[in-house]
Amino acid sequence: MGDGHRYIPASDADREAMLRELGVARIEDLFASIPGPLRLQEPLPLPRALAEQELLADLSARAQENRQPGGAAQFLGGGAYRHHCPALVDHLIGRAEFYSSYTPYQPEISQGTLQAIFEYQTLICQLTELDISNASMYDGASALAEAVLMAERTRHAGRVLVSDRVHPEYVQVCRTYLENLDVGLTTFGARPDGTADPEAARRALHEGQAGSLVIQQPNFFGCLEDVEALAVVAREAKAHLIVAVTEPISLGLLKGPGRQGADIVVGEGHSFGVPLSYGGPYLGFLAARQAFLRNMPGRIAGETRDVDGRRGYVLTLSTREQHIRREKATSNICTNEGLCALMASIFLAVVGQKGLRELAVHNHARAVYAQKTLGAARGCGLPYSAPMFNEFTVRLPIPAEQAMRALADRGLIPGIPLSRYFPGMERDLLVCVTETNPRAEIDRLAEELGRLA
Amino acid sequence: MEARSLRSPEKLLFEVSRPGRRGFALPPLDVPQPERLDLDARYTRAEIEGFPELSEVEVARHYTRLSRLNYAIDLGLYPLGSCTMKYNPKINEKVARLPGFAEAHPQLPEFAAQGCLRLMHDLERALCAICGMDRFTLQPAAGAQGELTAIMMVRAYHRERGNPRQVVLIPDSAHGTNPASAHIAGYRVEQMASNERGCVDLTALRRRMSEDVALLMLTNPNTLGVFETEIREIAQAVHAKGALLYMDGANLNAFVGVARPGDMGVDLHHVNLHKTFSTPHGGGGPGAGPVGVRRPLEPYLPIPTVEREGPAFRLEHDRPKSIGKVRSFYGNFGMFVRAYAYILALGPDGLRRMSETAVLNANYIRRRLEDVYHLPYSEPSLHEIVLSDRHLEDTGVHTLDIAKRLMDYGFHPPTIYFPLIVKGAMMIEPTESESREELDAFVDAMRRISEEARRDPALVRTAPHSTPVRRLDEVGAARNPVLRWTPPASSGPRPRGDA
Repeated sequence: MGDGHRYIPASDADREAMLRELGVARIEDLFASIPGPLRLQEPLPLPRALAEQELLADLSARAQENRQPGGAAQFLGGGAYRHHCPALVDHLIGRAEFYSSYTPYQPEISQGTLQAIFEYQTLICQLTELDISNASMYDGASALAEAVLMAERTRHAGRVLVSDRVHPEYVQVCRTYLENLDVGLTTFGARPDGTADPEAARRALHEGQAGSLVIQQPNFFGCLEDVEALAVVAREAKAHLIVAVTEPISLGLLKGPGRQGADIVVGEGHSFGVPLSYGGPYLGFLAARQAFLRNMPGRIAGETRDVDGRRGYVLTLSTREQHIRREKATSNICTNEGLCALMASIFLAVVGQKGLRELAVHNHARAVYAQKTLGAARGCGLPYSAPMFNEFTVRLPIPAEQAMRALADRGLIPGIPLSRYFPGMERDLLVCVTETNPRAEIDRLAEELGRLA
Repeated sequence: MEARSLRSPEKLLFEVSRPGRRGFALPPLDVPQPERLDLDARYTRAEIEGFPELSEVEVARHYTRLSRLNYAIDLGLYPLGSCTMKYNPKINEKVARLPGFAEAHPQLPEFAAQGCLRLMHDLERALCAICGMDRFTLQPAAGAQGELTAIMMVRAYHRERGNPRQVVLIPDSAHGTNPASAHIAGYRVEQMASNERGCVDLTALRRRMSEDVALLMLTNPNTLGVFETEIREIAQAVHAKGALLYMDGANLNAFVGVARPGDMGVDLHHVNLHKTFSTPHGGGGPGAGPVGVRRPLEPYLPIPTVEREGPAFRLEHDRPKSIGKVRSFYGNFGMFVRAYAYILALGPDGLRRMSETAVLNANYIRRRLEDVYHLPYSEPSLHEIVLSDRHLEDTGVHTLDIAKRLMDYGFHPPTIYFPLIVKGAMMIEPTESESREELDAFVDAMRRISEEARRDPALVRTAPHSTPVRRLDEVGAARNPVLRWTPPASSGPRPRGDA
């Protein structure tokens, strides 16, 4: 078996000594309860163990096979957004007391995690202008599915109505979650300006009851929805309004959807300091009105006192959860995205009140400039007239997929060809602009797009 | 006002905040600032009520102080049963942060993300080799989502064969996520009583099996740390009625390199990268719960799958029988990098040594504690053991008290009151990360607590005594929930450290 491994303290000598104390001759004998025919006779068919320096070389080579993700000028959004993250965030979450601890089931020695969750819940409530938040979900899409299920638990309508301007992957995840639960999902259309059509929603709700009405703000195509008008429609039909937010930096500038009439707000929190990391780990946030308190999915931290009267925090309302309620739980979620929620909290704490607004303003200002510049490029047009935040759709003179390949060779990833999600939208490109895109890059993009015609 | 000490409580972020402070700056805006932001007041707000305002220094101190209130694997043994709290190698953190991975946008075209796709492909192959399965999906974000994904696939499998069936069988020793996941997948959950050995009662199972059963969900080794020795017969009984066998991989750390679920008749199972494959638990996540399947279930895997075409890798979305997606994009990729680095670092011999040592450590603790604590099942243990407080019944000291007293000795307690089939259970999983000295220190603490329980039970019943806070009022927290900070009614100055 060799001389041991750097991650495993027990040396061969230690093992021998411990086996002697157990009165066991060979380590294999500890596995006697596994029937012989099931026990492997050969080593696993895997490459030999690598030393740390080999490991670093191997993985660095793999990382470099990604074509300069940081280097190329990129205008990618569509549910994930490149933002600058203050160095402080990664430094603090690199503390082993945070990242190498478990779910805080033992509160006396987990106050750091518990207080951080309590603060996270507060920050999410402030951003969304709602009453309660849980401690995080897997990502924005699964948070939306859980929100739909939560709304359904209180309405029992057997149907959810979703705007066709919601991120297609979010809709897909909802469909998967609802598939086996006798809850139908129907979509409603948009107005020519690119926003969800309240009249279409009203008609659809008139045709049949729905437990919730789901919209996205800003929507998948970048347009800002009239949340208040849609809230009125939902309220008239006794449906809960669920607002999904994929780019929460927008909340530095935009009103909290709770104030505008949303009953539940969910979203993707990765923009708050969590690396892009090819799609995860991210974090879903889920906030709601007080009335949903006992129907919330996932963990929640609450304030309390210890026997000496000191303030402290515990996981609470756990009778909703799977480890107590089993199949009657409000959700099956156990492990959530704790460390990502901590990253989001640290990001929001250091960016702060003024910083978040400035960040939102910078994103918006750059996107406004880009939209004007790109919209004026030869052969390009802007299909939607509604206001946007930091993402917008451009109609190109040629198929967007083709344009992307051409521009990638010139060091530009211009956006997301929408045909990837919507086969009819061959020439539409979803362009995202954040504080990481300087003006010169935007000008270059306009120039290159202008040459396509 | 209490003097400040290294164990002082830390104020809330919002109580440290002072108007006008900032911790962040942007470069000058090099595009015109729209005069009214192109947005009217219908959409915008001036400020976020109560939002924090702190300098970078204050944020650094706040979270550093909070961190000191936590126990962590880097501080010592963390023997939570079925949670596999093993050491998180530091190189894994470094490689997950390589810019090529950390800055890779999930919407990158495939040709620009070949490094990510190759890693996902290779991790899938490695998991197949370790578990003896044909394919894996890496998409589920955690074990519970892996279970849900798998049960949805089971349903799709049965539906295509004409009848989705109604029932999922789950032993009474199972984790709560099993029944919760089965319920969301639209199944009725039927609990099966364990036999006198704490294992599946094969006779009862054979009697129960019929065409209405879709799936048996089994944790193996089970939550007592006992291997289901009749696993092949169990699989036969299930398959004989056309049902499928699922293995919850929470306890996979017990036999990597020694045995493989695929050889046991398991049709699907999930693995927890954050347990067996060392990715950090992060105070409650992120995890990752890849699901392995045998060939007949492959058509139902979530989309997209990663496929190899010659030297290149691509994402396959066109899979008409797929259950769809359970989360956006491809899963917790950052965890894939860490887990793959761990597999490479250990290699075949190291992985086997990992499980061997985990089992050895658990058996060592068992041997050194079974004379003072009650061992409810005497079956051979693999990677974890379950003890109970029964021997201390006459002292009035219960499992909870023992757990709290362990904190005074500098240890995180085991998983307590689980599995539910053992009254006053203490489920201890040391993992391979502990030296004999660390195990001895834990054993000594447990033995001393047993003595204390007889000599001075009040000392144990009122523990912990040395933690930043002592026992907290959990009933009060649930009865009058305070789930967020709100600004104090009066804005007068509050003394530092005041709670």
